[in-house]
Amino acid sequence: MTLCITCQRLGDREVKHKSFFWFVLPSALAMMLFIFFPIISVIVQSLHVEHEQVIRKVESCDLFGCKESTTIDQEATAALRAAEPLGQFAGFKTYLDRNHLATKEVGTTWKNTSSWRDFGAQMLNLPFYKAIGFTLTFTFVVTPLVIIVGFVIAVAVNSAVRQLRGPLIFFSLLPMMITPLVGALILFWMVDARGIIGATLQHLAGDPELSVKASTPLMWIMLMVYGVWHAAPFAFIVYYAGLQTVNKETLEAARVDGANRWLQIRHVVIPHLLPLTTFIALMQLMDNFRVFEPIVSFAANAHATSLSWAIYNDLGGETRQLSSAAATSVLTIIGVAILLSPVLVRTWRDFDRK
Amino acid sequence: MSSKAQRQPAAITLLVVAVLATWMALAAFPFLWTLWGSFKVEGDFFSKADWFNALTGTLTVAETGGRFTGNGYYGAWVQEEFWRAALNSLIVCFFVVTISLTLGTLGGYALARSTYRYAFWFLLAALIFRAMPPITLVSGYLPVFFQWNLWGHTATTIIVLVAINQPFTLWMLHSFFKNIPAELDESAMVDGCTRFQAFRNVIIPVMWPGVITTGLFSFLLAYNDFAVTAMLLSKENQTMIPKVASFLGTTQTKGNVMFAVASVVSVTAPLFLMIMFFQRQIVGGLTAGAVKG
Repeated sequence: MTLCITCQRLGDREVKHKSFFWFVLPSALAMMLFIFFPIISVIVQSLHVEHEQVIRKVESCDLFGCKESTTIDQEATAALRAAEPLGQFAGFKTYLDRNHLATKEVGTTWKNTSSWRDFGAQMLNLPFYKAIGFTLTFTFVVTPLVIIVGFVIAVAVNSAVRQLRGPLIFFSLLPMMITPLVGALILFWMVDARGIIGATLQHLAGDPELSVKASTPLMWIMLMVYGVWHAAPFAFIVYYAGLQTVNKETLEAARVDGANRWLQIRHVVIPHLLPLTTFIALMQLMDNFRVFEPIVSFAANAHATSLSWAIYNDLGGETRQLSSAAATSVLTIIGVAILLSPVLVRTWRDFDRK
Repeated sequence: MSSKAQRQPAAITLLVVAVLATWMALAAFPFLWTLWGSFKVEGDFFSKADWFNALTGTLTVAETGGRFTGNGYYGAWVQEEFWRAALNSLIVCFFVVTISLTLGTLGGYALARSTYRYAFWFLLAALIFRAMPPITLVSGYLPVFFQWNLWGHTATTIIVLVAINQPFTLWMLHSFFKNIPAELDESAMVDGCTRFQAFRNVIIPVMWPGVITTGLFSFLLAYNDFAVTAMLLSKENQTMIPKVASFLGTTQTKGNVMFAVASVVSVTAPLFLMIMFFQRQIVGGLTAGAVKG
């Protein structure tokens, strides 16, 4: 009897393949249908373009002879589009056109410009490079700032009186939990030339015409300020939780050895928080790379666009440019893959070692 | 702790106070300012003359007679039918949260109890899916949804949001289930339960703290989403966030930007209450992934 139970226990330590399958099936199906297939669908769509309109030649004869004219055959066009909704195969044509990689334009710009600076400025006039330029700048400026600001707040809150910490955390959570579109709007209205911050800036600069909306550098700065404001609380909360588990004895030992406050932070606290930093950086890289809502809220698209915004712009509007959006999406996904690759390789190695 | 605070040199205490005061002003002030301003007229909230008008409400008094006005709220909720969007948001959020959690608890539990290689690959795939910007997926949905007439319905959006939510839900619940000792369900199975019965009778009663925390984050994702809801919902099924965005296009020209301000405050209020009641769970949830990972 006892033996039997032991056998069963050993067998049950693992979820059996069959029960694992049934437990995981619903979420696997959801992700398969609505994340994996769309990625395939995007790739296929990006290789096609919409059918051109069917042109019909009509010959009309009158007293002076026959003339040939062309008209658009609406019916035939609609029928063709309904029969092959994907459109016609175009290969990488969409990828190379002016709205995406713009190989031809980049080539001419390269030949016609003399300095790097000039070349860069010209490139930013091309929609795709404008979008990726801002996206990458945003990602790599906001991510480190979020980590630094979050850390500073965490250390400060951690040395506040215990009764104050609850309210401090409560208000800190607001900028993070707020809907990105709404949070950005709230800041945007304050920065408006007629809003409190905008008016103060005008006053400080002594320039009554100063307007964030009209200046590209100010708009970039404003978007990044929003990015840090929105994400710093996340880094703060994670670091704050990490600070609660710093080994008190190690700190005490460092103090006995004569380490001052800065040295304690430098040699005990920061190494302890390092793994958390990797986690925050990973999350932030993923989230900042998809920066989108603040550009809508700030109506910033004249000065700054992002990859996500470019897709949104293609999809919305009167004519839905599905192929163009699909090509940008594929390029974005490649970007995400490059961004994630170091993490994935490391995770895989860690697992392999186990 | 207070003894430690007393040992701090004055300069450091001052620095800490300065950092905290600045951060509190940055974090809380924009919300208070907008809340206050939403009860004013546009001429005060966006004052050409002097932003100080927003505090005193000079034009509000001149235009409406009182120091505060509910015109923005009336315009948004009644005139522009924001209540409809609020109702839609409620429906979408309710179903997204319940379906996400149902699928997520099943999957998360199995992933937490399995050490086979494919469980690891599954989680890794979920991490990659988590990194996909939702708007790229939307451009994959649209051609198909148009083709099959799925576009515009609330149900479609709910399922899409559930799917986009799954990677995160799975990771979070997986780490919560790891914390529930495996001996618990094993002993149930020794007593003759099947895996599912063990899950139902032994795990479900003890899993609620983790499920509530995960539910909060699922709710936030559905509530805060703009990319998916803006692209996939028809006008009558619109939720609150795309509705706020549509106010910007239509009402800014009419000079009724105060509708947008009022609706922004209305969107913020439930989030405010949520943080107030669930602060501990939210903080716990944010750190659950990090501290163990």
